[in-house]
Amino acid sequence: MVSFFLKRLLLLIPVFLAVSVVIFMIVHLVPGDPIDNLVQINSSPEQKAALAAKYGLDKPLYQQYAIWLGNALTGDLGDAIILRRPVADLIAQNIPHSLSLGALALLFSTVVGIATGALAAIYKGSWIDRTTMTLILLGSTVPSFWLGLLLIMLFAVQLGWFPVSGARSWDALILPVLTIGLGGVALVARVTRVAMMETARKDFVMMLHAKGVPPWQIELRHVLRHALLPVVTILSLRIGWILGGAVTVEFVFARPGLGSLLITSLNQRDYPVVQGALLMLAIAVMLGTLLGDIIQAAMDPRVREGIK
Amino acid sequence: MALLSVQSISVSIGKLNPLDGITFTIDKGEILGLVGESGSGKSLTAMCVMGLLPRIGGAITKGSIVFDGCELIGLPEIEFRRLRGKRIALISQNPMTSLDPIILIGAQIDQVSKLHLGLSAEAAKARSLDLIAQLRIPEPAAIHRAYPHQLSGGMKQRIVIAMALAADPDLIVADEPTTALDVTIQAQIIQIMVELVRDRGLALMLITHDMGVVAQACDRVVVLYSGRVAEMNAIGEIFAEPKHPYTRELIRCIPRLGQEPGSLKGIPGTVPSIIDYPDGCRFNPRCGDARELCRAQVPALERKSSGLAACHFSEV
Ligand SMILES: Nc1ncnc2c1ncn2[C@@H]1O[C@H](COP(=O)(O)OP(=O)(O)OP(=O)(O)O)[C@@H](O)[C@H]1O
Ligand code: SF4
Ligand SMILES: [Mg+2]
Repeated sequence: MVSFFLKRLLLLIPVFLAVSVVIFMIVHLVPGDPIDNLVQINSSPEQKAALAAKYGLDKPLYQQYAIWLGNALTGDLGDAIILRRPVADLIAQNIPHSLSLGALALLFSTVVGIATGALAAIYKGSWIDRTTMTLILLGSTVPSFWLGLLLIMLFAVQLGWFPVSGARSWDALILPVLTIGLGGVALVARVTRVAMMETARKDFVMMLHAKGVPPWQIELRHVLRHALLPVVTILSLRIGWILGGAVTVEFVFARPGLGSLLITSLNQRDYPVVQGALLMLAIAVMLGTLLGDIIQAAMDPRVREGIK
Repeated sequence: MALLSVQSISVSIGKLNPLDGITFTIDKGEILGLVGESGSGKSLTAMCVMGLLPRIGGAITKGSIVFDGCELIGLPEIEFRRLRGKRIALISQNPMTSLDPIILIGAQIDQVSKLHLGLSAEAAKARSLDLIAQLRIPEPAAIHRAYPHQLSGGMKQRIVIAMALAADPDLIVADEPTTALDVTIQAQIIQIMVELVRDRGLALMLITHDMGVVAQACDRVVVLYSGRVAEMNAIGEIFAEPKHPYTRELIRCIPRLGQEPGSLKGIPGTVPSIIDYPDGCRFNPRCGDARELCRAQVPALERKSSGLAACHFSEV
């Protein structure tokens, strides 16, 4: 298990490097000289050169990258150009909001998704199955920003149950969590249902019936356990998707968070902030995949031994 | 009185009628062989006895199955479940896929005695270790905490046998327990299984298409052909004086030591397809003795000088 973990961790290093190169290059790929964004319109070439030297922009690209990465690894993400504060501070300030939103949305998708998927699989063909399948279809086709606006209209504006926007109280989290989470519920429920129905056809399940094991025990202790493996895979692959959802949803609900920070700084061409926020999102995605791998390995001995 | 008495059961799965009037009995402590070519209905017969037919979408349309004085047809599922694993146990055809791949071997055996004998975790484990040892598996403790993929096919089948024995059943249904295994270990596993069954005085319904295994292990034999019983008789009688032409062919086809290679001949013709069974005796297209009557009328399963056979023209 430990060697499995170390192997997966090592595998992430090249991925991280590749991602960091891309994020670093963003500044240099956008049209125009980044210096132009830093200086006043009519500053002299000398002033420009001084600024370039200050930000290390006069050095060759690979050196700039090495310096940037080195600093980033020690927690120094540079200073925000517009907000004139360390990027690390801005991120630290915003991350808790995104983290609570993302974690709650993930939890909601997982728990509700697995429960509905399992119910649909156990009662397949019944009205329970048909109803959940219809809801799942709806849930997976409605775009999250639209769903968010709809929820705001209904529950915040019309009924006044929840705040329309912001993050001042805990109940401000509910609509954003629902907005991101409902799509996740639909996805998880669909994967759970299909995986359970597939597992139920396996020989070992017939053998469990032949052993006289009660059906509810077979469904919960054996079939569902197998079905969770693909669910974990999907969820760990979808961490990025959930974070992406957080980006738009934070925007729709005017919540602070990495997503809002990213969008604002993109609009203001505050590239150090953009880089920092993207780097955080990339790290979150990688940690999500790693976590998924670890959970799978804990659940399936064949994954642990690299057979599957 | 027989421990298990199956009386002319017929089965339908959708539009198909794969079993038609299957009849046989098994006495306490008896080993009954169930033989027949692929598709003759051996596994379905096992499913009927286990009460698992509804799980594959089948239903018993007529007949009766009495186990230890209790009618199994129409028995509520919740009561049938108390028989399964406890009084009637199954050893399945494919050990490679019969164990849950993500659960420890030990837990899978323990499960049976915990469930049916109400044993505590420690008592169940002790019992499982003992069973593993009885199946002549070295290092029972190591096997108990292994996962299925860490074991060979032969080992897995021994585990499935241990699982079947775990709650001290009265009857074991073994569906071709060795066909999925290496030829070299087939005989060994059959031998261990038969020994354990004999020691405990259990009844065994041994499904196989290998007449050699039948000769080695069984007291009596039921021969199935295309979903019907062709013949049932004691082992001595069936080899000495087969009553049904199909049984004669089966025996003729047993490979013998010292036989010239290439002289081995199968039964001429092919097994009829379930969607297009011939009228009358289903064996008539392949039978050397077939006459007009065979194509017109289904031969009844009748008492002969010994045993039962379903042939219009079998002597005595
Ligand atoms: N689930 C099913 N649905 C439809 N037909 C089935 C099903 N299971 C079995 N059959 C049919 O019933 C007949 C008997 O099948 P069965 O599995 O009992 O044969 P068998 O004697 O066990 O053969 P084998 O030696 O290949 O295991 C076959 O013709 C088969 O096609
Ligand atoms: S009934 Fe006729 S066809 Fe069938 S086995 Fe007997 S002789 Fe052959
Ligand atoms: Mg079979």
